[in-house]
Amino acid sequence: MSQKSILGASALAGAVAMALSGTTLIASTTGAGAAEQEKCYGVAMAGKNDCAAGPGTTCAGTSKVDYQGNAWKYVDEGTCASMELPDGRMGSLEPLDRDMPA
Amino acid sequence: MIAPYDTGLSYQFGRALLEPDLPLPRGVVGPRGKKAEKRFSVYRNNVTVSLINALGDIFPALKTLVGATNFGHIAREFVRACPPGSPLLFEYGHDFPEFIGALEQLRKYTYLPDVARLERAWLDAFHAPDADPLTAESLGAIAPDRLGAVVFDPHPATRLVASDFAIVSIATRSRAGEPIAGIDPANSETALVTRPHAIVELRALPAGGATFFRTLLNGHPLGAAALLAAERDWDFDLAAAIAALLESGAFTTLSIPENTAEGA
Amino acid sequence: MPAGSPQFADMPLPPRAGAGLKPEHVDAILAEDYRIGFLEFHAENYMGAGGPAHRALTAVRERFPLSVHGVGLSIGAERGLDPAHLERLARVVERYQPAMVSEHLAWSTHTDHYYNDLLPLPYNRDTLDRIVHHIDQVQTRLKRPILLENPSTYVAFEQSTMSETDFIAEIARHSGCGLLLDVNNVFVSATNHGWKPLSYLRDFPLELVEEIHLAGNAEDTDDEGEPLLIDAHDRPVCDDVWKLYEVVIAQAGPLPTLIEWDNDVPDWPVLRHEAQLADEILARHDASAWLGRRHAAE
Repeated sequence: MSQKSILGASALAGAVAMALSGTTLIASTTGAGAAEQEKCYGVAMAGKNDCAAGPGTTCAGTSKVDYQGNAWKYVDEGTCASMELPDGRMGSLEPLDRDMPA
Repeated sequence: MIAPYDTGLSYQFGRALLEPDLPLPRGVVGPRGKKAEKRFSVYRNNVTVSLINALGDIFPALKTLVGATNFGHIAREFVRACPPGSPLLFEYGHDFPEFIGALEQLRKYTYLPDVARLERAWLDAFHAPDADPLTAESLGAIAPDRLGAVVFDPHPATRLVASDFAIVSIATRSRAGEPIAGIDPANSETALVTRPHAIVELRALPAGGATFFRTLLNGHPLGAAALLAAERDWDFDLAAAIAALLESGAFTTLSIPENTAEGA
Repeated sequence: MPAGSPQFADMPLPPRAGAGLKPEHVDAILAEDYRIGFLEFHAENYMGAGGPAHRALTAVRERFPLSVHGVGLSIGAERGLDPAHLERLARVVERYQPAMVSEHLAWSTHTDHYYNDLLPLPYNRDTLDRIVHHIDQVQTRLKRPILLENPSTYVAFEQSTMSETDFIAEIARHSGCGLLLDVNNVFVSATNHGWKPLSYLRDFPLELVEEIHLAGNAEDTDDEGEPLLIDAHDRPVCDDVWKLYEVVIAQAGPLPTLIEWDNDVPDWPVLRHEAQLADEILARHDASAWLGRRHAAE
């Protein structure tokens, strides 16, 4: 089965023309609107520059004292406590080459 | 025997910073013979707390998801096991997703490593080189019969993070400070992270769209990407995918490789 | 990206108050009419290739004099300077052409570990030679002198054979570097080690100081329950430090003075207010009065 028979040049050209004319619907969700899981290419989140900037260096010390013990137990404090998956669903441990470009 | 300062002070000092059970480095004292345990712990705190905070700034959704207390424990373990190798703090934590994936305490939350991977990709995109995104005109200028052979150069900020879980929905809500209840975590999402200009953008790609972008990012032509995406996903909407290609700024330039130009 | 601006190129920092640049303040700084004397940025935060951080700094560069403060070069490193990091610093300096380049009398990197703090050094001949050599490497690569900042420290070393002020003066004499006097660090270290701050200032080579730093500190206690100050940069400058600052300015004349606020960063107007307090002190000792007094003394 050739590429042409499934997806001819005209289909491709038509899709490009549609995309360029802006007639495709790009649903955009922002903030609370992202309630339903988004499957339609819209911007799920655009980061504000200042709060997405990540860590900054500092030449200051801290007066906060870090608890220095080693063993710790999980406390049900974060929001993920509301969303568990059964043990064994470890599909998350995919190799890093799934992130592209490497 | 090693001389106390010349060959080993920084080594001893550094180890004692990250391993609180170790004795003080040789020669470290308080003034006039005063003790220095608590004084030295100021440095321990400075290093540990600042790096825990740095990880919190890199992985804000993860911190919300597990809560600040758990995050502090996780981050401290990571800081001690994998201290930064460079003063560029925005490069820290590339090993963090894998690290949390191996933590017994987080076994129930199997989506967390992929959320962390997405957040790390976000910061990579933030600091990536600047480049002008592909214009609609340059795609519009390609003759229809040659479109199938077009290949695209990825924008240096572009990242694709695949997951078996709803990582875009989870990360988006968590970064916005909203609860994640109601999201089906097993609903697989692939994240497209781009930074066409000043703002990092995040999109959840449907199955076909993920194949489409992955194929293009790997350097294959538009025709092949469209074909593979259609095979992967009966609902694949090629026009919407091409519109997203242009809107997201995932690519910078296009070209038609010489050897395929005639055969498309 | 060309960042040089004709307005400030090749100009020294003005003898006014400046502020440490925080990304969250950039919009407010650019939007207001008030013109702070200068802004100082941490080199390491701008060592990425591109993106919003560089856009913001470039916009700031067009309106304000800039100085760059390195926090990760590890000038005291036992195993030598990291040539790759020195190259990164050189690129930042070339890109933004800051009026001043400064680093710390400290170490933070050993072999392949970075500890993200300014760690203390024994003051002796070995350390001195090493640091002079490193500063020479930096100044050769950057093709300009740098300023070295006195540290806040919490411990001392049995291996030390020199006072901090003698140590710093010797470094400056042998390397040709200028000095950045952090008055809060003087107060913190003096408290922590039982020195008299005024004696420290008397012994410090003030004639080599080209910039001042001021910041807030936090009070803790040492192993004996006595005050131990932490250079936390998380609050306003304390009264004792303002008094010491006035002593320094009365003696050395008006100098570019930076307010640092790195933890629990407040809204911009709070930081600006601290800078305005420094400007008031600088105005009381303005350049003409100082010059007049110096001429009279000659």
